[in-house]
Amino acid sequence: MKYTILVYESAEEIAARTDPERQQGYWAAYQAYSQALSEAGILVGGAGLHPPRSATTIRVRKGERQVQDGPFADTKEELGGFFIIEVPHLDDALKWAARCPSASSGAAEVRPNLPPPPEG
Amino acid sequence: MRQDAERSAERAAREAYGRLLALLASRSRDIAAAEDALADAFLAALQQWPREGVPRSPEAWLLTTARRRLIDGQRRRQRQEGAEPTLALLERAVETQPEEAPWPDRRLELLFVCAHPAIDARVRTALMLQVVLGLSAETIASAMRVAPKTMGQRLWRAKNKTLEAGIAFELPTRESLPERLDAVLDAIYAAYGSSWEDLNGDDASLRGLDEEALWLAALTTQLLPEEAEARGLYALLLYAEARRAARRDPEGRFVPLSRQNPKLYRQDLIAEAEAELKRALPLGQLGPYQLEAAIQSAHLEGRRRGTSDDAAIAQLYEGLVVLSPTLGARVAHAAALAKVKGAAAGLDLLRALPSHKEDYQPYWVLYAELQQQLGEGVDARRALERALGLSEDAAIRRFLLEKLASTS
Repeated sequence: MKYTILVYESAEEIAARTDPERQQGYWAAYQAYSQALSEAGILVGGAGLHPPRSATTIRVRKGERQVQDGPFADTKEELGGFFIIEVPHLDDALKWAARCPSASSGAAEVRPNLPPPPEG
Repeated sequence: MRQDAERSAERAAREAYGRLLALLASRSRDIAAAEDALADAFLAALQQWPREGVPRSPEAWLLTTARRRLIDGQRRRQRQEGAEPTLALLERAVETQPEEAPWPDRRLELLFVCAHPAIDARVRTALMLQVVLGLSAETIASAMRVAPKTMGQRLWRAKNKTLEAGIAFELPTRESLPERLDAVLDAIYAAYGSSWEDLNGDDASLRGLDEEALWLAALTTQLLPEEAEARGLYALLLYAEARRAARRDPEGRFVPLSRQNPKLYRQDLIAEAEAELKRALPLGQLGPYQLEAAIQSAHLEGRRRGTSDDAAIAQLYEGLVVLSPTLGARVAHAAALAKVKGAAAGLDLLRALPSHKEDYQPYWVLYAELQQQLGEGVDARRALERALGLSEDAAIRRFLLEKLASTS
């Protein structure tokens, strides 16, 4: 079963990425986490994302494109990245999500991936 | 002080809940129906007592009200089955119940039902916490990192199973008692901290259902005073609890055992633990919980005197691994052996461990430590990174990051 772990970080956590005092610890923790996922043989994919202020959102309504600066939704905790993992059960996915650094500062949301659409 | 009052009120409620539920369920064997009836009775109390005053014996009132609800429920289900005369009899029996009869305590039977071999081992702890202590599925789910909906379904299935399989509310026979008791003790242990291994490991800071586990362990020793392993488990949990304050520095940073300040240990809990262990050992039933408690005792004694008896601790672990070869015990044995015979001997033991060690954080912490002692900085760093990626606690992560920065 494939699950996606959505990494929700507080603004302060996201700021740690570029803070000279904290950035080393920040990146080392995520590097170690994705390494652990990969060595456990369950990592399917994932990516870190630039902060929400870098987002551009597009909507098409009645044939018209509306492009706006900023994220789709403003929330207190920001989507900082995601990991896709393959594990047998939700219990296992939750066990790994609890180890995601954002779980102890912001949150780690776990969602089952939809299966690919049937072929033909 | 206010906290103490709150705690004792909570304990009294918990005590009453478990006693009442055990009584209700032992007769009908239907745990879920007994829970519903008891919940109804509590609700009725909330509505009636403020208006009409608290009855002379609140527990008797709750029991009678809950029994009536149970009978009402059975009557609705069985009206068509001609059970009416029996039910009328039962009802009369309820009406004539003496108000303050000394009720039998059926909680021990209830504990054995919850940890019955027919019940999935994964759900035994949760079932015990819910049925004996009245904790909600949500609370239990959070402590065990399980989705609340999943936990609710597992509990529901387990209660159904006890009913359908006809698991009796009886004490196990003398011959099957040791095995059945192990299941009860293991389920209580699993409630302490977040998992089996964490007590010796590094993640002991994660508050599981420690207080609930301690309470259940104490209850088991009261109900089975002659069982040495029940006392061993209680002693073990008391030792662990005694060290709680010393596990973190004022900034919330993780402090390993070898650097903990013994002044922060709770002496009252240590004395209680020592007393339990002293009562357990003469019973002549040595088991893993007594050994683990003895190891904790040796560690604490070592911290108090400033020098630890490494050889004795390693020997205790050797015994523990024979009796109970869990991954946690084997990693801890390797750590103890390394102190006596050197890092290389410890590493040999670690390398010989079976599979599944890859996801076990304390394994990598020890691996890193021993590699560093042997001057293998590169391997030590790799192992530390692995431990870092497997840690769940922010304080542990910080501790490992600092260690990583100083390892080369």
